[in-house]
Amino acid sequence: MKYVDEFRQPEKAEALFKAIDNLAAPLSDKLARAVHIMEFCGGHTHAIFRFGLEQRLSKSVELIHGPGCPVCVLPMGRVDDCVALAERPEVIFTTFGDAMRVPGSQKSLLQAKADGADIRMVYSPLDALNLAKKNPDREVIFFALGFETTMPSTALTVLQAAEGNISNFSLFCNHITTVPILESLLDSPTFNIDGFVVPGHVSMVVGEKPFATIAERYKKPMVITGFEPLDILQSLHMLLVQLQSGKPCLENQYARVVQKAGNIPGLMAMQKVFELREKFDWRGLGEIDKSGVKITEEYAAFDAERKFAVPNLKVDDPHECQCGEVLKGEIKPWQCKVFGAPCTPQNPLGALMVSSEGACAAYYSFGNTKELLDKRQEARPSK
Amino acid sequence: MAHGAGGKAMKDLIEEYLVGQFAGKFSAPLEDQARIDLSEILKHDNMQGGKLAFTTDSYVIFPLFFSGGDIGRLAVAGTVNDLSVGGAKPLYLSCSLIIEEGFALDDLRKIVASMYETAREAGVAIVTGDTKVVEKGAADKLFINTAGIGLIPFGVEISVGAAKVGDSIIINGTIGDHGASIVASRQDLALETSIQSDCRPLNHLIQSMLVASSEIHCLRDATRGGVATVLNEFAEASRVGIRLYENALPIKDETRGICEILGLDPLYLANEGKIVAVVAAQSAGVVLDAMKQQGFDQAAIIGEVIAAESPQVTMKTIFGGEKMIDLLTGDQLPRIC
Repeated sequence: MKYVDEFRQPEKAEALFKAIDNLAAPLSDKLARAVHIMEFCGGHTHAIFRFGLEQRLSKSVELIHGPGCPVCVLPMGRVDDCVALAERPEVIFTTFGDAMRVPGSQKSLLQAKADGADIRMVYSPLDALNLAKKNPDREVIFFALGFETTMPSTALTVLQAAEGNISNFSLFCNHITTVPILESLLDSPTFNIDGFVVPGHVSMVVGEKPFATIAERYKKPMVITGFEPLDILQSLHMLLVQLQSGKPCLENQYARVVQKAGNIPGLMAMQKVFELREKFDWRGLGEIDKSGVKITEEYAAFDAERKFAVPNLKVDDPHECQCGEVLKGEIKPWQCKVFGAPCTPQNPLGALMVSSEGACAAYYSFGNTKELLDKRQEARPSK
Repeated sequence: MAHGAGGKAMKDLIEEYLVGQFAGKFSAPLEDQARIDLSEILKHDNMQGGKLAFTTDSYVIFPLFFSGGDIGRLAVAGTVNDLSVGGAKPLYLSCSLIIEEGFALDDLRKIVASMYETAREAGVAIVTGDTKVVEKGAADKLFINTAGIGLIPFGVEISVGAAKVGDSIIINGTIGDHGASIVASRQDLALETSIQSDCRPLNHLIQSMLVASSEIHCLRDATRGGVATVLNEFAEASRVGIRLYENALPIKDETRGICEILGLDPLYLANEGKIVAVVAAQSAGVVLDAMKQQGFDQAAIIGEVIAAESPQVTMKTIFGGEKMIDLLTGDQLPRIC
């Protein structure tokens, strides 16, 4: 398969595994611990597990799986709001597939659908807009979700709806932004990450500048990275080279996709349609300033939150969940008290078990769960 | 609603579309049951001490027509294959149609013709059937149930629990074609692809494998839930581990492309013409040759049975890492980004 197989060549991976080990071992000796690298994006987490990269990686490097899965960090109260909107008789509620299973405090969208709500899976917000055109007597709400990656398509859909005077279409906006969450992690006193694998598709939209600023301010190596195995390995190598040289900066490994200035028409559409919220609630991490967007006054007619009263209640995560600690890299997924029992992909307690991009679901599905649980058992007495 | 009331309209429907296609020596003149001479059954080889195999399945696929097949072909091939993977030679099928009022008769005619053609290809007879027409909204266009009877000759012992450490895992061709073609043919995706469903009867293939080797331990068609699900069933029932080799998996580029775009895994995609066989390692070569002789050029050894503390399926990735291939939680849902 063109543009894919080139980035999955085992011989090249082999050479990179070796080069990574050669660089990481002395760094790890100096630190007296493994080098901590965080991949922020759920897409990277998924690829790392899918290709079994972690097991082949030098023991001197530890990957920390960050809060970059938008489905995972969605607070339970927002899911409840979705269900409330979806259960209105006049509403066709449209959503991306992987948001269907996220548990709310009462039920998930999948359960609401089984109970009779008209909930439909779409692949693009434009599908939702078309549905609105075809069903003028119904209100079609699109569950807008994701980091900057998915924002341009949502924004352009709103602009099209406005242009076509489609009055029965609205967004339930839950878009979140990358930089504030990254800053809040970096500001946390217990956070010890040595370098970042930076999300490639977010960068495709926002460009290099926001991450370059962070790299400079926090003196952390950062590399914008693609999603194929060789992309990720090359990026780890680049991060280690930066650590070795002691000159942290932002580099772009994913230059075949990411342009320095980002996607300018996309950014312009986003600027018209969205503005920052004062704060937004993240599952497991709590409220973070300016970390989400809402719809601007100009396009208020397409805002489901203004059009309908949503309950907007804050629901606490189950207290036994340790999603927040996992997201910050303070513990590994399998070290969580409820990992594997009772929290499983069939019956997720915490959001990280829900999406295939969630760190816990990835450990559970692709790792040997029994082995991990044994390891947790062994680890306990020393705690 | 006149078609469902059992009156003349119904009789016309049956006569025009169904009897015309299926009538043979078993069904005339429209008795309430098919009558099969026992001598017809006993004339087959090795029936002394053999077994009768009997199975049923219902087909409710959307869309009814897809690239490489339709619900009619699926309903015949599916039941033929369910019999065949038990080592049975399929002989007779029944066919029940539940038709939503207003369903286009032209489509019905096409589907019935396709069932007939598929039955002929497999060498089985559709000997009895039933038709119900239900009110609009009570069914989604057309549901088909087929049941089938076949014969398992004496000495053929194939079971999901018979895998042994050291056995080879063999598949008869590319993985996930059917699932990929169904996903691609859903209108809301607007994907253009040449991929076709692999929907076909596999009884001749399986018979030739059984002739080639008496050491075929497990056999199952990898339909819903895909190859991963079948392997987990083998591992669980046989209390063994199974290890796949990612670099040995035959997967079409189109299927890989569709999976890459939508975030799906081909190992969990449905197949309608693929069987997974667990065969003693020393027989793997001859079984593979027999499959290739039947035209299954992409047949391949994709893994092996290993000793394991608890039943599990793992895969050695192309990068040498090992990952679990677990049962799927619910349906595969496309990923957001």
